[in-house]
Amino acid sequence: MLAPDVVTVALTDLADLLAVSASGDAEPAGLMPARQQMALSLGWHIILACFGVAFPAMIFAMHVIGIRRKDDTALELAKRWSKVSAVLFAIGAVSGTVLSFEMGVLWPGLMGTYGDVLGLPFAFEGLAFFLEAIFLGIYLYGWGRMPPRRHVLMVLPMAVTGIIGAYCVLAVNAWMNAPVGFDIVDGEVANVEPWAVLFNQQSFLQFAHMWLGAYMVAGFCVAGVYAVGLLRGRRDRHHRLGFLVPFVFASVAAVAQPFMGHVLGAGLDERQPAKLAAFELAETTESPSPLRIGGLLVDGEVKWAIDIPRLGSLLAMNSPDEPVPGLDTIPEEDHPPVNLTHLAFQTMVGIGSLLMLAVVVFWIARRRGRDLLENRWFLRFAAVAGPLAVIALEAGWIATEVGRQPWIVYGVMRTPEAVGDYTASLWWLLGITSVVYTAMTIGAVVVLRSMARRWREGATDLPSPYAPAAHADAGAEEAVR
Amino acid sequence: MSLELAVAAALFVGVIAYAVLGGADFGSGFFDLTAGSARRGAELRTLVDHSIGPVWEANHVWLIYVLVIWWTGFPESFAAAMSTLVLPLLLALLGIVLRGASFAFRKYAATLAQARLFGVVFATSSIITPFFLGTVAGGIASGRVPLEGTGDRWDSWLNPTSLFGGLIAVGTCAFLAGTFLVADARRSGNESLADDIRTRALGVGAVTGALVFAALLPIERDAPTLADGLEGRAAPLVLLAGVAGLATMVLLWRRRYAVSRLAAVVAVAAVVSGWGVGQYPWLLVDEVTIADAAGATATLQGLLVAVGLAVVVVVPPLVYLLRLTQSEEWTHHS
Repeated sequence: MLAPDVVTVALTDLADLLAVSASGDAEPAGLMPARQQMALSLGWHIILACFGVAFPAMIFAMHVIGIRRKDDTALELAKRWSKVSAVLFAIGAVSGTVLSFEMGVLWPGLMGTYGDVLGLPFAFEGLAFFLEAIFLGIYLYGWGRMPPRRHVLMVLPMAVTGIIGAYCVLAVNAWMNAPVGFDIVDGEVANVEPWAVLFNQQSFLQFAHMWLGAYMVAGFCVAGVYAVGLLRGRRDRHHRLGFLVPFVFASVAAVAQPFMGHVLGAGLDERQPAKLAAFELAETTESPSPLRIGGLLVDGEVKWAIDIPRLGSLLAMNSPDEPVPGLDTIPEEDHPPVNLTHLAFQTMVGIGSLLMLAVVVFWIARRRGRDLLENRWFLRFAAVAGPLAVIALEAGWIATEVGRQPWIVYGVMRTPEAVGDYTASLWWLLGITSVVYTAMTIGAVVVLRSMARRWREGATDLPSPYAPAAHADAGAEEAVR
Repeated sequence: MSLELAVAAALFVGVIAYAVLGGADFGSGFFDLTAGSARRGAELRTLVDHSIGPVWEANHVWLIYVLVIWWTGFPESFAAAMSTLVLPLLLALLGIVLRGASFAFRKYAATLAQARLFGVVFATSSIITPFFLGTVAGGIASGRVPLEGTGDRWDSWLNPTSLFGGLIAVGTCAFLAGTFLVADARRSGNESLADDIRTRALGVGAVTGALVFAALLPIERDAPTLADGLEGRAAPLVLLAGVAGLATMVLLWRRRYAVSRLAAVVAVAAVVSGWGVGQYPWLLVDEVTIADAAGATATLQGLLVAVGLAVVVVVPPLVYLLRLTQSEEWTHHS
């Protein structure tokens, strides 16, 4: 019986992960709740961040189509999307603020020691966020109140600042994985070069990978909404256009992404050998290394994996026979949680490849005169492509972050050194956060669905129902949308 | 001016901007909460929605600006304050999250019941957030945040200075919001609504003014370093706060709303600056000075570049947004 074994192993893995001080070493009681807290809040925010980065460009494209072609359908779509983005950006802004607080509250060891090393990119990120928030206000409330050609330009800065903001955040993350811009002299941080952090080599590659990921998440999610509509028989131009514009963005990103990921991975054996070994589930150094699909590491042995000979060396090392350095070459105390890293990495690669394949099939079929929007199976796939892209995003993020453990700053500071002075009562914070984030998710879903329903019923403006119906009618003229 | 002082000044400009602009947004929660039943309060709640809708996210970024400059420019003191004051900070954060989310949700709520639920959450969290941020200021100003190790996680914010700081923050936010809302109500041509807000703004102003000056007594005993500063270097600012506050009241009384709003901004900025100047040169009072808390020189220079860039690229569009919100088209057009 294979399945129960897998479950047992996974549970043991989880138990290991959660065993705070069971092993008797001096791991701080606050470490695991702090890590889970960060994982939850960052994992939630990253989805909205994708919309913040990628959605404005899609809205801009749609709005431009509307103005250029005098196309009311496109204008209506752009207007609705801007209202959706108002909801998404609001919860994105507050969940991003949570992260700012958590940097200090959860990781004072990191911020106190390296705040002036890693801080500058955050300053520029804040600047970009400032502009994004300002132009969101102008664009959102500018409908019908500004000359259309000027109004449409107001969304463009958002598309640009989303890119800058994402770059800056990724610069910090790249720095955590490959720290630069400082020396340790007599145990103290010295010779700080903040600009070297902002422009470090890895950050360009990591950013490009994340940027494409953002376009995949936002593009597939938005397109998926209209795929569902098409499936339900709403086969009008509104739904086709609503599907196609984001799908074009997602397609370009999905095709470029595997190559970008490959470029990003080059040299990982030098930079973070433990992470690469975990990705590839390389317990020992095998020459040439196989590509190991699935599988788990149990008591130091790889089980249930499907090995494809040589492919591991080809993909990870760009060489027919150069081996992936195995975990046995790395001290035990420097190993990340191997199984989680490996499975997350492969989930990302698997879904990414599937999405690339799907968009290639779609566009080839379209070139040959076959419209897959008529095909129910394609539409069903398109409907789940958004959630799949989200899973791939989360998996990729888990792979890189968990794969960096036990370091918070790779090779320099271990995660337990960074965590604040807390007892196990920090788990309460995670409990409360889970409740608040669940409520916020439900609130967003309820509100967005109700907006869609009212739009379908023909409402163009969505007046706020601040009073019982009779009064609302009287005040409707005053109510702003 | 030394490099570290310049960065500290840029940081404090952010604190003042957040207190004034973000504060007015938070304060509108007070008027929203006390607007009465759904029917009676509909006008005022629509006005609140209209007033802060386009600007609250931009105003919120001042907080991010403050946090980022603090942790980049003065990293150890940031880590110390976050560790010791974790409880009020997390409570303020909860308020920030609930305020932003429920405000956005309420705007697009489908039913009155939903709008009510989101509205209550929005208004309540708008009131509690400034309170907890005020207690944080009080904890720092009364010298309860040690640079090394972790201070008392309860006493650091449950003390006279912090409690007054919290109440003053709630009061100044509501006072500012009152002067902003009353001007917005008049611009939208609704004098009866403006009168209603005016009455309450006068009440809030009287209570807040009394609080600010009453606070000087407990601060004298609880936060001697700050008290010395307030009676010395910062005395002109305390005086200015009093004069501008009184002027605001008089102007409100005489229904000179546009000018009263300016006077309120001056009053609140003076109160906040009074705290900053009062505790100078300390960053964490009695623990570490601005000069000693500063991080790497190259980073401070980089921060000033970022701030300079912000002045060039952020201020013009911000002014544009604020002007748009005050324009005729944005006030009357539906």
